[in-house]
Amino acid sequence: MKSEITETSGGINLARRSFLKYAGAGAATVGFLAVASSCKKLDGVAPRSLDSTSSGGIDIGSGDYGILNYAFALEQLEAAFYIQVVATPYSGMSDNEKECFSTIRQHEVCHREFFKTALAGNAIPDLTPDFSKIDFNSRTSVIATAKAFEDLGVQAYDGAGYLIQDPGYLTIAGKIVSVEARHAAYIRNLVTFGDYAGNDVVDMNGLNKASSIAEVLPIANTFLKTKISASHYGYTA
Amino acid sequence: MNLFNIVEEIEKVDPEFKERVSPRRDAIKNITSFGSKVAVAALPFALGSLFKKAYAAAPAAASVTDVLNYALTLEYLESYFYNQGTAAAGLIPASDKAYIADITDDENAHVKFLQDVIKQLGGTPVDSPKFDLTAGNGSGNGPFKDVLTNYQTFLAVSETFEDTGVRAYKGAAPDLLGNQVVLTAALSIHAVEARHASAIRYLRTIRGYEEIAVWINSTAGLGNDTGIALVNGNYKGEDNVMQGGVDVSKLLDSNGKPIGQIDAAAAFDEPLSMQDVLALLVGSFIVH
Repeated sequence: MKSEITETSGGINLARRSFLKYAGAGAATVGFLAVASSCKKLDGVAPRSLDSTSSGGIDIGSGDYGILNYAFALEQLEAAFYIQVVATPYSGMSDNEKECFSTIRQHEVCHREFFKTALAGNAIPDLTPDFSKIDFNSRTSVIATAKAFEDLGVQAYDGAGYLIQDPGYLTIAGKIVSVEARHAAYIRNLVTFGDYAGNDVVDMNGLNKASSIAEVLPIANTFLKTKISASHYGYTA
Repeated sequence: MNLFNIVEEIEKVDPEFKERVSPRRDAIKNITSFGSKVAVAALPFALGSLFKKAYAAAPAAASVTDVLNYALTLEYLESYFYNQGTAAAGLIPASDKAYIADITDDENAHVKFLQDVIKQLGGTPVDSPKFDLTAGNGSGNGPFKDVLTNYQTFLAVSETFEDTGVRAYKGAAPDLLGNQVVLTAALSIHAVEARHASAIRYLRTIRGYEEIAVWINSTAGLGNDTGIALVNGNYKGEDNVMQGGVDVSKLLDSNGKPIGQIDAAAAFDEPLSMQDVLALLVGSFIVH
């Protein structure tokens, strides 16, 4: 069985949540933009929700901003990848493939810019990718990486969804994850016709694999010069 | 349902609740520590036994089983559709049999999974309603009357079911907020429905039936990009570009130009409420 929730992420989160609930300090639900716009005044100041004491690069922080920043980090990675794929096409890239990658690039940039705009002063900084492991001249390397990124994105959103407290944010995450799943299925079909929901990503119950933050970030970090930590969720880079 | 609220509420009237379910007063922690040992799929069973242990046959909150029964109803429809399609001689070409069989297997697995979860939560799985795949409300003579004899129609209906399924799970997700196990499972099914939607759209294109993207390319004022006007209602609102108060069509792409309507709408799938989904399906595909 593949769809595991690690003890680390689940346990820590639950302990925190229980503490907050029992302490009567449940987070107030505030409109996205109300918070985002009020925090524009904080430009240039480290957002309070972020843990700047961590030694492992940038910490996503905790609470809903932590999860949204986690998504923002992954979208930055995906957007940077497709921008590079389109800017330096491998030799023999078909028109169909070029159009496919260009459109997915638009979607990922849209996700990235959305999080950046919505999070405003609470956003983590722009990250610097490290794509030295990817051969952008090789179709095989590019498509394999695209497949890995899309599958990872789906697993990340599905695995972190339950950590979101605000129903509005959860819906937005849901709006994005299904588009990532559409990308993933498409890329997989390009590699092998019929592999849109392969056994490596969908279990025997027909459930997509879900991964914890602590499982996803070490993989994402191998493609990032600026490392990401999630000390509240059991992972420090 | 919020599981943590429920536990809190129970504790108000029964201070010994945690003592009942765990002599070491760590029952809540146990819910997740199971996670390291068993799959998500098995966790509802653990949850179900937690409540049963405390209150013999006490059912879980109705709202969660209601949501799960709603999901089960949609899965009954999808599973019936693919099983009928698979059984219809000469409908699915040999080249696509394995492709469609994988989707069929997933939908059948979803039915079984949801039935099991509902039972384990102390609820009763709903029975399958009667279906009319022609969308004729039992007449068998609806607008898609050649659905089991014409592969193009079959794929068109399939695409609508999958895209609508994605919207339905997305619409129901907030009702499961705070319930780690059930919400994660629902999100995991949601992602698989989106993979199916992508797969069917891809198939329609490469078989030359309809030039269509694997994501939903809505134009302003029309969410439906399928070329089937009859299902406009199933795509209503997919053209939305406002996300969390941000007009994402105006955000700039990597060339410094506005992302625009089509890509902005395609980058986000939209939810449909349970009420909307049932209004679309009951009286057409689901016999009233």
